[in-house]
Amino acid sequence: MIDRSHIGTTLPPFQFEVEKGRLRFFAKAIGETRPEYFDEDAARAAGYRSIPAPPTFLMAAEMDSGATEILLDRLGIPIERVLHGEQSFTYHGVVCAGDRLELLSRITDIYAKKGGALEFIVKDSTLTDLASGRCMVEMRSVIVVRHPQETAA
Amino acid sequence: MSTSNAPRYDAIQIGQELPPMTFPPITRTTLALFAGASGDHNPIHIDLDFARAAGMPDVFAHGMLSMALLGRYLTHWAPQPCLRRFGVRFVAITPVGTQLRCSGKVVDRREEGGERLVALELVAADLQGEAKLIGEALVALP
Repeated sequence: MIDRSHIGTTLPPFQFEVEKGRLRFFAKAIGETRPEYFDEDAARAAGYRSIPAPPTFLMAAEMDSGATEILLDRLGIPIERVLHGEQSFTYHGVVCAGDRLELLSRITDIYAKKGGALEFIVKDSTLTDLASGRCMVEMRSVIVVRHPQETAA
Repeated sequence: MSTSNAPRYDAIQIGQELPPMTFPPITRTTLALFAGASGDHNPIHIDLDFARAAGMPDVFAHGMLSMALLGRYLTHWAPQPCLRRFGVRFVAITPVGTQLRCSGKVVDRREEGGERLVALELVAADLQGEAKLIGEALVALP
């Protein structure tokens, strides 16, 4: 069972720049073809400041930050036991190439279901624009941890 | 940010369905590219040996890849600047080769905080109709 004292703890803050090349690579990987997701002029013509980060791209920042590894390591959970249960994003603006952001993540809940065979870790994150101090995106992840040996009879 | 090609709020009715969209099969190449592009290097999605050792018959798609496809579906209907909220539950594993069919329905419309908001229910299912992701979104329309 995961130690509940981790609830309320934060992960190390992570600052990064949203890079054009990475956005193009991500857009290609998800099969995106609309020109504004690849080309700066097309993005500006569509009304964006630069190439926009697709709606789910900012999870990449979470991955790059190492937050998931740090979290699993801190909680002593092997990665093969982990599934992604839920994910949500709340948008206050569209993040674009060139933006510099800070990611801050906090463990906000840990709970069990099915007699402890499954545990759930809730992580809430904010992405704040470093230039304006404005929160651009909030993210919530629910991570499912499988404990097969503890399956209730 | 342009929302000029978004649907008009006045034309939206509760219960209205969004035109469905079916994506090409998810290949191993897609999983490899997505691992690199998303920074999610969990070997369970790209390394068959690791997946088998973990008790899985094969590698399977990243949940966030399916969510990204559902996001493409959503922003085809309402361009990205309209998005206020987008969330999903990952309800089943998506094996290699799956074709996701995305569908959606308007479940609410309301004016709030000076915006005209439309709430959507979204589903990404395989071609047999098994839901893989169940989602919801809130969009602000002109």
